[in-house]
Order: sequence, then C-alpha cells, then structure tokens
Amino acid sequence: MSDTLTIGGRELTSRLFIGSGKYSSNTLIPAVMEASGAQVITVAVRRVDPEAGQENILAHVPKSAILMPNTSGARTAQEAVRIARLARAAGCGDWVKIEVINDNRYLLPDNFETVKATEILAAEGFTVLCYMSPDLAAGRRMVEAGAAAVMPLGAPIGTNRGLKTREMVRIMIEELDVPIVVDAGIGRPSEACEAMEMGAAAVLVNTAVASAADPVGMARAFGRAVAAGREAWLAGPGAVSELARASSPLTGFLGGISGE
Amino acid sequence: MSFYDVLKSTDMAAAASAFEAATEADVLRALASERPNRADFLALLSPAGARQLEAMARRAHELTVQHFGRAIHLFTPLYLANHCVNRCVYCGFNTHHDIYRRQLSLEEVEAEARCIASTGLKHILLLTGEAPKTSSVEYMADCARVLAKYFASISVEVYPLDQAGYARLLEAGIDGMTMFQEVYDEAAYLPLHPGGPKRDYRFRLEAPDRACAAGFRQVGVGALLGLHDWRLEAFSTGLHADYLQSAYPSVEVSVSVPRIRPQTGGFQPKVEVTDRDLVQYIAALRIFMPRAGVTLSSRERPGLRDNLLRLGVTRMSAGVSTSVGGRASGQSDPGQFEISDDRSVAEMAAMFTSQGYQPVYKDW
Repeated sequence: MSDTLTIGGRELTSRLFIGSGKYSSNTLIPAVMEASGAQVITVAVRRVDPEAGQENILAHVPKSAILMPNTSGARTAQEAVRIARLARAAGCGDWVKIEVINDNRYLLPDNFETVKATEILAAEGFTVLCYMSPDLAAGRRMVEAGAAAVMPLGAPIGTNRGLKTREMVRIMIEELDVPIVVDAGIGRPSEACEAMEMGAAAVLVNTAVASAADPVGMARAFGRAVAAGREAWLAGPGAVSELARASSPLTGFLGGISGE
Repeated sequence: MSFYDVLKSTDMAAAASAFEAATEADVLRALASERPNRADFLALLSPAGARQLEAMARRAHELTVQHFGRAIHLFTPLYLANHCVNRCVYCGFNTHHDIYRRQLSLEEVEAEARCIASTGLKHILLLTGEAPKTSSVEYMADCARVLAKYFASISVEVYPLDQAGYARLLEAGIDGMTMFQEVYDEAAYLPLHPGGPKRDYRFRLEAPDRACAAGFRQVGVGALLGLHDWRLEAFSTGLHADYLQSAYPSVEVSVSVPRIRPQTGGFQPKVEVTDRDLVQYIAALRIFMPRAGVTLSSRERPGLRDNLLRLGVTRMSAGVSTSVGGRASGQSDPGQFEISDDRSVAEMAAMFTSQGYQPVYKDW
C-alpha cells in the first residue's frame, strides 16, 4: 500500500519539505533536494528576482519540485495577500505558505493576520499552507478559512531548538482534519523523526540543513529520519509503560485471566 | 517613553565602573547565556571581554550563521546632495567648508539609478546633508518615484524628520532609514555639533522612534566611533537597538558600526578604535541581539571587511561613491569622507562567494 500525502490535489511521496534560505550558494539547492528526496521547496518571494538570471533563486529549483512561495517579510494580512498575488503573477503556481510576522525578536507568527490572509487567498483559489504559532483555536479558524494544511512551529524559527511545542502540536494533530506540517525550530533529524512518530503529516526544515557543515549530507539524514518516523507512526508503536512487569504480580493469587 | 528617557535613566557612570569590574568569568557566563541581558552586554564590551575575543568571535559566528545563514546583503549609497547647514566639526559637508555644493536633478538621479542597477543591486540608500529647503522631503519623495523603477527597496540616511515627514517618505516608497546619533553622550555631543539644527540632540535621538511610529520597515542606528569612549558609545547603541526592537517589534532593527574616516577639514579623532575593538564590538552586538542586522560600510579596508564577514555582519555596501552623482557623470567632489574599500559590486560578490557566502541582491 502506498503511503502518500495529498495537499491541494498533489500527491507527495516524501514528507520532508525544504526551505531555501541561508545557503552559502543557491547552487546547493538541487543537491539538497535530491539527497533528501524532498518534493516541496519553499522560497521567499522577497528573494525572487526574475531579472537576475542565474542569481535568481528560482533558477536553482528543480523543475520537478513543487514550489511553495512564502510571504516572508509580510507584517499584515494585506501584505501577505499582495506578496502571494505577486508570486502567482510571476508564474510560481498556486501554492502559498502564509507567513505573517510582527515580532522581530523571536520571529513568532501572527495567527490573527494569518487567518485573515487565508480567507482571502483560499477564496482566490490558492492552496494555502499556514505557518503559525501552535494553537488549536487558531488552527481551527485557519481550516475554516480554507487552509489546505496548517504548519505549527516546533520552536522559534532558526533556533534549531527542536520540538519545544510538542504538546500543542500533538493536540492539533489529534483534533484538526487537515495535514499538520511541523515547520521551524527542528534542529536535528531525530527531532524530525519524533514529529513524524507523533503523527505529523510532514516536516519542513531549513536552518538545520543550510547551517550544517555538510548541507547535502544533513539533507539526506533528514530525508531518512522523516521516512523512519512515518514508518514508525504507520507501524503503531507499542505502549510505553512506566513500570517493568512484575514477575510475581500482586493479583496472581486470583488465578485465571486477571493475573495473566 | 522614548529612548531619550531610557538613556537618561541609565547610569553611565555605573556602566563605566562595570567595564572595569567585569571578569573573564562574567564574559564566559554571558557567552553561555540564552538571553544575554544588559549586564552580560557590559561584560562582553569590557576589557575582560577583549581577553576572550576568540571565544566571543566564535559565538558571534555561530549565531550569525544560525539566524542569517551564510548570506550577506549588498547595497550601495547614493548621495543626492551635499548642501548642509550644520557645523559638525568632523564632517566633510560642514557648512563652513569651501567645497563644491550640488544637488542631483531628477534626470541625474535616473542616470545614477541606471548605472547602479546595471550592477545587479536592488537596494539603495539615499543620502543628503541637512538642508531642508533644498533637500526637502518632497525632493526625496520625487527621487524615490524615479528610483522605484530600478530598485526593490529604498532607504534613507538623511537629517531627522518629524513623523509626518517619515510618513510622507513611506508613502513615496521609502521604507528604511538609518540614523547615526554620532555621539550618545549628550555632554560630548554638544561641542562636536556647535551650530545648525543638528545641535538638537534629542530631536535626532528620537528620530528612529518617529520612523518606527510612521511604519518604516527597517530602522538602523549607530554611533560614529572615534568621537567618544567607544565602550560607552557601543553600550548606548546596543541599548538603543534593543529598545527599538522591544518598542516596535514589527520593525527590523539594525546597527551600523562606522569608524570615523579622514575628511575635508582634517578633524583628528579623539579616541582610537582599533581593529580588535571593532571586532569586540561587532561580536558583543551579535551576542546581545542575535537577530539584529549589522551593517559594515566601505569606511573599512578590504582585508578587514573580508574577515569581519564571519563575525556578525549581515549587510555590506559595494560599488561605493560618497560624491554627489559620482557614478554616471564621472564628476567627483571630495565626498563626505574618504572610503577605504572601492571594490565594485562584482568584486565584492566574488569575494563573498570565495569565502563560502552568498551575495544577496534582492530581499524585498
């Protein structure tokens, strides 16, 4: 049985999404995509420059990849909408990752503005993925507004601190009927694996790969970790027990089934 | 409460004592801190910090790669005019200096824009002297309309405006500003600015507040190093950036670290700020404010700039001229100051690439 993730009518076999910022050279991007097996890449529209030829980041995105432009730099819903429309007009497709940030100290997203932008862009036919601070109520509003996926952060962006928001993300995975993609903060493959074991639909990683000494090697490791975590989720891990099973059970005197 | 009140309530004598009292253990504690505070910043800037410079540089490098990646943003300044009514004792544009004064016409602005845009740059910084009658807000707005065809973002480094002035610039497409306070110590500021509107210390100090309130996207601050005790000035600059980031969280705050350069008038700096001092300052800033931009200008020489790349800098100028309209016409005046790094955009980009860094031309 094939295990695919469907978002916006596209079927994905890889559950790792890749970010495109912070690389020493954009020429690393194709190798990172190939090594990780990722099919989705997010690109900040603010960095796209169609006039720049080989300097344009889009020149390095493999043709087979699904491009997910993001609205990095937007401070309001209105700015996010404008950036998304610009991306579509520039031929970047219908996917958009809404990113609205009003906080330059921790770069935490503004869920309220994100809901507003989602409403507008989903109505215009965009496949909207919402980058957000993990919060069930906000996630529900995004789904109602037409989000195709919700992307809670694991830790503040760029921090490599791991899945600090584990409980909130777990609740969102249980309660929301759209794919939950853990975005931001994931620093190590083991943390990406952990998110997948919890039932996340996918994981997006940028800094952890781009700032590695060997970005291509790290991309490969993330690809495997995400696949392993997914397999573990599908396999259904055994229950975790606090206590070892006593060899002389206290209810053994009852005999029969109660004492095994 | 504006930054003026914050600075007034800061005990600078205590800060000076803290520099002397700081130990290397304090520095190491600051390096290990998840969220360095003012006391940590003082330790990092202290003489004890200078003795842990390598450890500071390593931490600054890690944080920069983590938050900004291996990427450096490029921009270039465009001097629109050198008319000035101020008498700053250290500046080539001082109203008493007998230099050729001019202001670019909109046709000349366009010619300069074409020239700069042909290098691939998408970010431009507009400069003028302080001459509100000739280099007016409306003139800057007119220039912005011409430049919008060529550049993705336009910033200004001009005399302080009121909030309505910044709002007018924003409307015209200018969404970034840099304001060098020059000297944060008010007592030291006054004799260096003996005449002209720039003598109003507070109006200048609060200009970034007004730009933020008007809705500017990027706001930068800086002290001109060499005019007063560099450690105290660095401390005040960091406090200013930190204050702005807290008060206006949606604004991208950056810090420039200019050292004074030779200029018409031959002013001799009172304080020597060595390369080691500059490295310590940049590293301390990066550790204190991990996400703030740090801008390094062509005031610094090529070899030093190449090395500072790794230590916290996020933005550098390239293809610089400090003359009014020096690029298209080939004409040149003495400029505001002498630059040390005259490398072209292509040369700077090649240097970044050779060091494993990506030159970023467009980021808005």
